[in-house]
Amino acid sequence: MSKQHKEPLQQIKERRDNALAALVDRVPYISFMGICFERRGDELTAVMRFDEKLIGNPILPALHGGATASFLETTAVIELAWSQAWRQMEGGTVHTAAMATVRLPKTIDFTVDYLRSGLARDCYARARINRSGRRYASVHVEAWQDNRSRLYAQATGHFLMPKYDD
Amino acid sequence: MDEKKYKLAMQFTQAIPFCKTLNMRVEEIGEAVAVLSMPYDPRVIGDPDTGVVHGGAFFALLDTCAGLAIFMHPDSTLSTATINLRVDYMRSATPGQRIFARAEVYNATRSVAFVRATAWDDDTENPVATATGTFTFVRPEEAKS
Repeated sequence: MSKQHKEPLQQIKERRDNALAALVDRVPYISFMGICFERRGDELTAVMRFDEKLIGNPILPALHGGATASFLETTAVIELAWSQAWRQMEGGTVHTAAMATVRLPKTIDFTVDYLRSGLARDCYARARINRSGRRYASVHVEAWQDNRSRLYAQATGHFLMPKYDD
Repeated sequence: MDEKKYKLAMQFTQAIPFCKTLNMRVEEIGEAVAVLSMPYDPRVIGDPDTGVVHGGAFFALLDTCAGLAIFMHPDSTLSTATINLRVDYMRSATPGQRIFARAEVYNATRSVAFVRATAWDDDTENPVATATGTFTFVRPEEAKS
């Protein structure tokens, strides 16, 4: 631990950013959807950049419900994997280099509430882990566009943690 | 079924950019029923260790399929939106195989449609995922008023 206290600030940031990138960059669907993650300490905000290909209703226009669901599910899965990785990383049991071998939780079920139509602009989401046991986890996700207080979608999902999915 | 509606339904996925991006295809349509499919695509891999398709891609296929089933309901207009959709993931889809989804409207009130849907791959006996959802339902007489 004493070594960590001496670690320069920039180095800590880089180490954490690299760990997050190692998790996210491995999943083809995340980059295909134009999703990226912003980090403040251990808190993640997912961002889905608007793209024409995400449209589900060309007349309105509005985002496809499946694009929104994909965004929310991705946010939940990465939040779970990240919170596990964070504990191991900050506890010193896992190195950043090993992050690329972290296995992702598997979705058991996922339920999306569509509160407003998704407009043709960027989306933001944050996930909250309500319960994370050794085997199962329950995660809630909120997504918004212009106003944080006016959610356009929310979701709840249950996940099987990697060790137990065989 | 009138020819115009049949034509529109068969072009359903081509008219929607996200469905086109995922290369969804209409396989079959009937009264309040739709079957769609989507090819395996390395771009939509969600688990890099196994090559399994991301759950979100399944969600999108099931959601679209439900939307088309609603359109195929004899009392429906084209306009619908998902209120809530729940997807249960029974097993991982086998990498490399085309995936299918079938949805049916099992009840429609004046303004809400209740839909059930199932998804599978080459193994048709064991579903990959099932879904239940509620959707806005606009009847022609309501659309006019």
